[in-house]
Amino acid sequence: MSPRAACRLAALGFIPVFDYVPGKVDWLAHNLPVEGTAAGAPTIGARLRHDVATTFLAEPVAAVRARVAASRYEFALVLAADQATLLGRLRPSVLENADPDRQAGEVMEPGPSTLRPHEPAQAIAERLAQRHLGYAIVTDPEGRLLGTVHPSDLP
Amino acid sequence: MITPIALPALRTLLDEGAQLVEVLPAPEYDEMHLPGAVNIPLKTLDATTTAGLDRSRPVIVYCWDGL
Repeated sequence: MSPRAACRLAALGFIPVFDYVPGKVDWLAHNLPVEGTAAGAPTIGARLRHDVATTFLAEPVAAVRARVAASRYEFALVLAADQATLLGRLRPSVLENADPDRQAGEVMEPGPSTLRPHEPAQAIAERLAQRHLGYAIVTDPEGRLLGTVHPSDLP
Repeated sequence: MITPIALPALRTLLDEGAQLVEVLPAPEYDEMHLPGAVNIPLKTLDATTTAGLDRSRPVIVYCWDGL
């Protein structure tokens, strides 16, 4: 729709015209603020936690294990060199059983499932309960980690 | 001239004073829109409805997902 609107505006003599093609859904998926009657609707983006342990591909499991033990979680998330893009997850069983000298990138679960922050809080709470999940990972459309969401934080 | 842009360019243009126009129908705009956006639905977009836009500033349009 927006490409047609941009052409129409250009035909009306507006210069320059830009088309934010990814649109409103992209804005919402980056957890950015909106205005309107539904702007206050509860989303998981408003209930994120930011204190999950993170690691990088080359870090030894022993070092990650220590950091996870000091956190209130039993898992860690593996980030790319940009310290933002989610590459994988170290589950509790891996942290417990893997050779401590191996690198996180060698034993991680690659490409864990993620949610976008504009998902409705109630619907995600129900989905997590149905699937007996203790948390979900939330990223933006580029795969950058925004945080985690936990059932106890949802309605 | 029409230039497709992604989020980083959008933010830069907004910081520089560009005008933001949501072209979705009014109910969708009323429910939720980007901060500062005005609503000119595609079906109503003509010389009259765009008269309030400033021709000296860039215009950015958006819909739900570009489709």
